[in-house]
Amino acid sequence: MFTYNAVLYSRILTEVTLAFHILFATIGVGVPLLIALAQWIGIKRNDPHYILLARRWTRGFVITVAVGVVTGTAIGLQLSLLWPNFMELAGQVISLPLFLETFAFFFEAIFLGIYLYTWDRFKNQMKHFLLLIPVVIGSSASALFITIVNAFMNTPQGFELKDGVIVSIQPLVAMFNPAMPTKVGHVLASAYMTSAFVLASIAAYRILRGSKHVYHKKALHITLVPALVFSLATAIIGDFSGKFLAEYQPEKLAAAEWHFETSEKAPLVLFGSLDENNKVKNGITIPYALSILAHNNPNAEVVGLNEFPADELPPLYIHYFFDLMVTIGVLLTVVAFIYLILHKRRKSTPYRKSLLVTIVLSGPLALLAIELGWIFAEVGRQPWILRGYMKTSTGATTADYVDILLICFIALYALLAIVSTIVLRKMFKNNPVEQEFEQMNSAQEVNNL
Amino acid sequence: MTLELVGISVLWLFLFGYVIIGSIDFGAGFFSTYSDWAGKKHLIHKIIQRYLSPVWEVTNVFLVFFFVGIVGFFPKTAYYYGTALLVPASISIILLAIRGSYYAFGTYGVKDNKWYAFFYGMTGIFIPASFTTVLTISEGGFIDIQDNRITLLYGELLRSPYSWGVVLLAIVSVLFISASFLTYYAHAAGDEKATRLLRMYSLLWSFPSILAAFAVMFTLKGHNPVHFSKMLDIGWVFVLSALFFAGAVYLIYKKSQYGTAFVLVVLQYGFAFFGYGFSHYPYLLYPHLTIYDGFTNPTMAIALIIAFIAGLLLLLPSLYLLMRLFLFNKKYVKGEI
Repeated sequence: MFTYNAVLYSRILTEVTLAFHILFATIGVGVPLLIALAQWIGIKRNDPHYILLARRWTRGFVITVAVGVVTGTAIGLQLSLLWPNFMELAGQVISLPLFLETFAFFFEAIFLGIYLYTWDRFKNQMKHFLLLIPVVIGSSASALFITIVNAFMNTPQGFELKDGVIVSIQPLVAMFNPAMPTKVGHVLASAYMTSAFVLASIAAYRILRGSKHVYHKKALHITLVPALVFSLATAIIGDFSGKFLAEYQPEKLAAAEWHFETSEKAPLVLFGSLDENNKVKNGITIPYALSILAHNNPNAEVVGLNEFPADELPPLYIHYFFDLMVTIGVLLTVVAFIYLILHKRRKSTPYRKSLLVTIVLSGPLALLAIELGWIFAEVGRQPWILRGYMKTSTGATTADYVDILLICFIALYALLAIVSTIVLRKMFKNNPVEQEFEQMNSAQEVNNL
Repeated sequence: MTLELVGISVLWLFLFGYVIIGSIDFGAGFFSTYSDWAGKKHLIHKIIQRYLSPVWEVTNVFLVFFFVGIVGFFPKTAYYYGTALLVPASISIILLAIRGSYYAFGTYGVKDNKWYAFFYGMTGIFIPASFTTVLTISEGGFIDIQDNRITLLYGELLRSPYSWGVVLLAIVSVLFISASFLTYYAHAAGDEKATRLLRMYSLLWSFPSILAAFAVMFTLKGHNPVHFSKMLDIGWVFVLSALFFAGAVYLIYKKSQYGTAFVLVVLQYGFAFFGYGFSHYPYLLYPHLTIYDGFTNPTMAIALIIAFIAGLLLLLPSLYLLMRLFLFNKKYVKGEI
């Protein structure tokens, strides 16, 4: 193995924690919105299928929230434990959004608790629905605030550094930094999109396994329509992000595209490999596309990697992460689009096996794209922890035993992953929709007597 | 009042909130598991579950609020405590993660699994013990600072009678606070059997808790005489705390006014906790870090305080609604809705 190196182990431990947390966090941001949608439609159309849908999603959601909360607590503390020097510096400028995030989290936690235990307490279903609005606001607001912190690390501003001392701090300027709009937009849209695909893949799975119940078809429809909308939003904001990178973090964009020489009419390279002289082989080259991505102009000049000092370049493998993320995004958009066309056309059915199988895969693929996108964004700003101000190596802890803790945390996450999967499976396997629906109906009949 | 004082007071208040509701939570887990072994689970399990279910996530936020807040108001604590506490705080995180997720798994997913119950119960004891490291090292003498390198002296920590005193105090206090609250809650639910059992638990853990408090005072005298003499200066606070304790035990023993008894327990710990904090002033980490040299810049401090007030305006009505619907709702407490 490696010799003990606190920086390296701190990086790996942070990566592992975040990679695990982000799966649950993404679901935590997106699913409440879809629960709200289902419940709203259920109330408006007086259709118990949608109400049951909201109920069952909520039940599974609680398990993912629990894992999200505990891993979120872990990363919150690890920021100070593993990066004490960074937090001491950044804490003076950026603690406001961190603090606001806890408020959003607080707000969400309170109303989620109330929502979960009041399903049958109000005569008026609308009152119960209203409790969900603070949950949606709270979860999206925490994503907003925590993404602001990350955006600040990419484009720090709102302070001055004089002889190693931070002066003239402007908390709001730090919050509304250039990276913030595209980052927040992309994070929120992709979280809604991913959650929609995750829920769609569950519905598709049930239909594929032979369930004829109309419930699953309704579930598929109510998830894939928003999935398409949010996929398109994600793609559009993704394009803005490209333009943002070209202006503020050209080295990240250039590394993602293996664009070495500064040039006009820059082509976009898809996949391929690099030889020892950094020449691209076997890639698919799309002329002008990078200039368009960066500046909306096929003739525009795009800054190349050779313009930057060698010790400030991000690793070149992020190219694959970027390409894969975009490919998955495009693929998923197409899948949702095909479903919708088939659904609209009278003569054809969207419930054909090939499409259903693709939809089953769409949830995991969307989650994979989230991971790829974050790795691209985070590794792409190496070697900086605070771009232009502090390198990752000076932000890390100097303490011992990070290596042992890394193993402990990996074991913890593996355990959480296994147990939460078992619990979620059991929860729904032992209580299929058909059965629960009958129970609901008989309870209703008793009430009507 | 200076901004520094406002900052530390706000944080101390939230930490106290966590001490109380966290104690109820940790103790409830332990009692739930213990009563299972003792074959008395059916007596108190439902009561505990009904209290914990809507609030377990909120409990956790109090903790997050404290550690995010302290880094915001006092960024230097991230440097000192962050480096020194890497191992003990990571152990706390792992225990908290097991506890929180297993509570959800056990409650919403798989019912009545012995393993879940076991982990859940045991972490209720170990988490308070691991948390106390923060309070212990704040007294000084447990970390070594040389050439900007901070090291936690594990040997000193493990050999110190003071540190073991704090661990002991934390564990028995958790059990006492929790039992006295659950006695009140069970009584409000009209569940006589559960009340009887929980009342016995509260009486059982009351005297160890006050003895441990004296033990901590005594060992602190040897460990940090400066802090100890400051505590004597405001000795009346601790005398009041002891009186509240006596009142609480008396009421529980007399089987009357369990609600008032719990309020007295909160006051007992409140006085002791704020007395401890006040006499520790102005140090965050004796003798390296005071609240003055660790404080954030004034601009950020004001921004944080504004955010805090705005946040409270949102939180207080929400918390009130939560309590109205669950804790102080007779029908819910009795299990009728």
